[in-house]
This record gives sequence, C-alpha cells and structure tokens, in this order.
Amino acid sequence: MSIYLNADSKIIVQGMTGGMGSKHTALMLDAGSNIVGGVNARKAGTTAEIGGQELPVFGSVKEAMEATGANVSVAFVPPQFAKDAAIEAIDAEIPLLVVITEGIPVKDTAEFFNYSIGKKTRIIGPNCPGIITPEESLAGITPHTIAGKGPIGLVSKSGTLTYQMMYELRDYGFTTAIGIGGDPIIGTTHIDALEAFEADPETKAIVMIGEIGGDAEERAAAYIKEHVTKPVVGYVAGFTAPEGKTMGHAGAIVSGSSGTAQAKKEALEAAGVKVGKTPSETAELMREIMRSL
Amino acid sequence: MDLFEYQARDVFEKHGVPVLAGAVATTPEEARAAAETIGAKSGGVTVVKAQVKTGGRGKAGGVKVAKSADEAQQLAGEILGMDIKGHTVHQVMIAQGAQIAEEYYFSILLDRTNRTYLAMCSKEGGMDIEQLAVERPEALAKIAVDPNVGIDTAKAQEIVDAAGFDAETGAAIVPVLETLWKVYRDEDATLVEVNPLVKDNEGNIVALDGKVTLDENAEFRHEDHAALEDKAAADPLEAKAKEKGLNYVKLDGEVGIIGNGAGLVMSTLDVVAYAGEAHGVKPANFLDIGGGANAQVMADGLDVILGDEQVRAVFVNVFGGITACDEVANGIKGALEILGDHATKPLVVRLDGNNVDAGRAILNELNHPLVTQVDTMDGAAAKAAELAAAQ
Repeated sequence: MSIYLNADSKIIVQGMTGGMGSKHTALMLDAGSNIVGGVNARKAGTTAEIGGQELPVFGSVKEAMEATGANVSVAFVPPQFAKDAAIEAIDAEIPLLVVITEGIPVKDTAEFFNYSIGKKTRIIGPNCPGIITPEESLAGITPHTIAGKGPIGLVSKSGTLTYQMMYELRDYGFTTAIGIGGDPIIGTTHIDALEAFEADPETKAIVMIGEIGGDAEERAAAYIKEHVTKPVVGYVAGFTAPEGKTMGHAGAIVSGSSGTAQAKKEALEAAGVKVGKTPSETAELMREIMRSL
Repeated sequence: MDLFEYQARDVFEKHGVPVLAGAVATTPEEARAAAETIGAKSGGVTVVKAQVKTGGRGKAGGVKVAKSADEAQQLAGEILGMDIKGHTVHQVMIAQGAQIAEEYYFSILLDRTNRTYLAMCSKEGGMDIEQLAVERPEALAKIAVDPNVGIDTAKAQEIVDAAGFDAETGAAIVPVLETLWKVYRDEDATLVEVNPLVKDNEGNIVALDGKVTLDENAEFRHEDHAALEDKAAADPLEAKAKEKGLNYVKLDGEVGIIGNGAGLVMSTLDVVAYAGEAHGVKPANFLDIGGGANAQVMADGLDVILGDEQVRAVFVNVFGGITACDEVANGIKGALEILGDHATKPLVVRLDGNNVDAGRAILNELNHPLVTQVDTMDGAAAKAAELAAAQ
C-alpha cells in the first residue's frame, strides 16, 4: 500500500513539452510511472517522443482525462501560467494535482487553492519535489534510485532533505515519500499526509521533516498527539536562520518570535515525537524505532 | 520586500487611498524645500519622519513636528544619521501636518495557517498592534477574506461592524478599506497595514502611516517594483550574489556554506553550528546553488563566499538528486580552474547520492591541495569547523 499514488495511477503532465516537463517526464517513465500523455493547448493532437515512448498531447486536462482515464496531473508550467493550469485541472476534477513549479506569486496560489476547496482535486505543492511510491510510481522530480519500497512514510517541506532522508534510510525503504513544498501556502499539509500514513496499513512509522516559517509543524504536533498512533520521528531545519531573512524557500522565514525551529522542535517533542538534531541523527532515531517494532 | 513609509504612501496615492502630502528628503536642505511646499497646505506645519524599516520610530525620537520650514530643516538634520534599532536613518519623509481626531488600525495580510487572507481592524490605532492583540484581543477584529472575493462593500461593512465603529464613522471607512484591498490585490502585496488610520477634525478618513510588503515572486508582472528595492541597504555580497542569480544570505561566521536545495542548506548551517561549538566558529552564510551545479554556478558561488573576509573555510555540501555527483565534482574542478589564485581557503566537500563513486573519484584524482573530501554531512561539518578554527 501507499498514499495518494500507486502502480495503477495514470499520470498526465501539464507542460510536458517544455524543457523541465520533457526532462522529468523521461525520468518519471524511468521510475516506472504510467504516463499516459501531456497537455499543451497549442500542440493538441500531436504526439511527443519522450524516453522512447510516443506520448499523446491533449488540448486540455479534461480531454486528456476523457481519452486516457488519467487520475493524476503533474504541472511543470512556468510561474506565470501556473494558476490557470491549476484551475484547469481542478475544473476537470482530476483527483490529484502535483504542482512542481517554483516561484508562483502567493496570490495565485491563494486563489487556486481556495478555488479547490469543496471540489474534487487534492493539490500537492507548489514548489515541491512531488510524490514517490517507490517501485510503483513517481509523480514529480524525486530521483527514484535513492531508495526502494519499505515500511516508512515520509513527509517533508523540502526536496533535498527528502532525498537526504530517503538516502539515510535506504536500508529500510518507504511506502510513500511526499514533498509538500516550501511556499507560504500549499495544498497538502503535514497533517493531511500524517492522516493518510496513519490510515495506510503498510506504513509502520513516519518521518516528518519541517523547516522555519509558519506554524504547520506546531499544528502537526497537536494532530499527532491526538490522532497518530504510529511512531513519528521529526527533523526541523533552520535553527541558525536569522529573523526576517527568507532562507531560499519563499515560506522559510522567521517573523519576530514565530516560526522558529526551536518552537517547532519543542512542540513536536511535547507531542511525543523524537526529534533529531541532524538528518543522520534523525535517521538513527528511526532505525531504533524500526528495530523495536 | 518591505517598503519604506514614503513608498507605501506613494503606492496608496496611486490607488486612490486618502493620504496626506509627503515627500522624501535625504539632506536637511531638501527637507526644508519639501517643508516649504508641503507646509503651505497645513499652515506651515509639517511632520519630519525617519524612514526606517522598523517599528518604534516615535519612541526613538525619529518623528517630530516642525512648525516652520526652518524647524523642519533643523529636525531633519537631527534625525538623519540617527540609529533606530540598528537601522541608520538615510532618508526622512516630510509630511503634511494633520488635525487628528481619532486613530484606528487596519491591515490585510496573508494568513498562512488558514491559507487565506486576514483583515484586522481596531478602533484603537497608533499603538503597537501586537501588544494590543495580546493585552486586549477583544479590541482587535479579525475577519477572514476569501482571496477570490476580496474586500467588497459588504465585507468592508462586516469588518467595520466587527471593530465596533459607529454607523457614521463606519460608512466613511468602508470605501477606504475597499481601496486598500485594491492595493493589496493589484500590487501583489502580502501585507498592507495602516497604523494609524485617522479621522481628522473634519471627519475625513486618512491613511497616515503605511506598511506594505510586496511578493518578490510576483515581480514578473510588476516592472515598477524593482525600483522600490533599497539597494543602498543591501549587503554588498548579497547584492553581488543576486546579480549572479544566486540565493545567498550573509551571516556572521567563519565557515562558508554552499549546498543544493533550500532545506539541505538550512540543515547544513545547523549542522555546522553544532560542530562549530567545539571550535568557536559559526556558519558564514546561506547559499543555495539549486539543481544545476555546473562549473560556472559553483565558481560564482565560491567567488561570493570567498569575498567574505570573515570566511576561513568553505563547506560544499551536495546531495546528488537529479544532478549527478560526477557533474558536481566536475563543477568544483572547473570552478577551481576559473578562480585560480582567488581560491585561497580550504574546501571541505561532501558528495552523496546519485553517481557518488564517480564524483568522489574525480575529486580524488584532482588531488587539489585545498580540497578535502569527507563522506558524511556531520563528519564534513566537523572537518570544516576544525579547518576554519585552525586558519
């Protein structure tokens, strides 16, 4: 089992014919993803040869879904077109939309996220590496070679820390690893992923990676205390980040006394989560838990 | 990007928010000239206001009333150069004097927790709003704003009602809130704050002091926003990095940091800070070179870091994800060739992930006297801290 994505997922790529889109479509095919086509209104009706496959290009997400039964879309469109692409996918009622694009104005994300409320689309991202269910499917840019299938669920704001943690724990492997993104407003949250991992029978333990900014980790801690019975280990990046400076991710900023790594660590520990000081220490905490299960 | 008060005033004026006349001055003479023009509208009275991006200017003596152009010149001379909470005053705004009857508070901001916008409003303006929120939360109305609807007349009415304004005052404020919403929406702001929003003796509502934060991700559709940037205040190394398209933040420390991915770089700073405790050294910067770690990007990154005189050793921490480690190793090799004699500080390199063996082999073969390879992130951080302390 896994969360949100499995071997049966049929994936389309919005922006498949662009540079990023075609490069990562090839890598997703390598990972075993079932890519059934792409979307580009200007190239509708043509095909694109990617990774040795002829993939059909459709005029809209709706057409692509009707023709292929696609249930996942991965968007690689540039920031200025991301909102329209997301709204198109939401209107087509695609069950899962993964927005990889970095640099989307927060107003656009606020608008398309709020537009999705009460509709049928789950959004992952934006500004994220996407989601991988190892040995089954990849909807995003996570290298599929890092780690295989196993009993750990992983949720992280950061792409490279996702990769680092998967690498550290490649001896165990993962049910699903999901990068939820580093922007101030994101679709799927830590809490959503925790809820899904809690419900997934194959997931035996969960790694949660957070970083400075906002209060998502604090709220996740409260959720864990109330609702999560599986062991959770945590890691928070940004203890040394100065106040008021954006640390790479648009959402990674300490404002006054809020959003600090220390506050997040304390909230997680108060909820019974073991928090590592470094990625490797965090991995070691997870290994201890796995040995005791 | 945070704007200065005078920039916020200009933006408000552009959108039709009622503001008083104001002009920025960088010398006492300019202040005098501005006060002569602006004071003519308010019986010669102007307010000289320090332009710094921090609160508490009034308490620090950075806001003074001048009864004449002479006095404005003299006060500007006192305020220019003043230090307010670590911010040096380089500019003052000369503002028209106002007959204030009452002071209110209004803001619109991004509500990350609820993934929407939040309007806050109070009849008690002028004071520190965070203090008000803690001490008398009932005096601060908080109303959620749907990003797809915004603040229309009905929403503005809901806000003033929640804040407890009487009907007459509320009716005067409603159109101002609708206009402030247009500033927030049309300028791609993440914060528009008016403190105080005042009612003058004639019952007019005026935005007396404004704070605006703009979303840098939206610069592609706001060509005018680049001009609002405070280039004088930017750290020279940060400015140089920005020119080269690098994501760099200067910190106060000795171990330079280069990594790929914002999360990994933040984590690297933390790991170096822990390792540095034993050696009395700290991380010197945040630098994310992103996915494409080619020779030129690596050289640009090293060049910026080595321009920091405090730096005594550099830690290059790369996890090969999409980018393979052999490409990164070749990037480091190429960067050292590009930099030549400019590369003077020891580099500790930790490569892991995709094609790690090939990457490490390239650096082993290079056998550069400045480069030390360590296989783990924690071990490499310790080595970098040790080398920085020994330099």
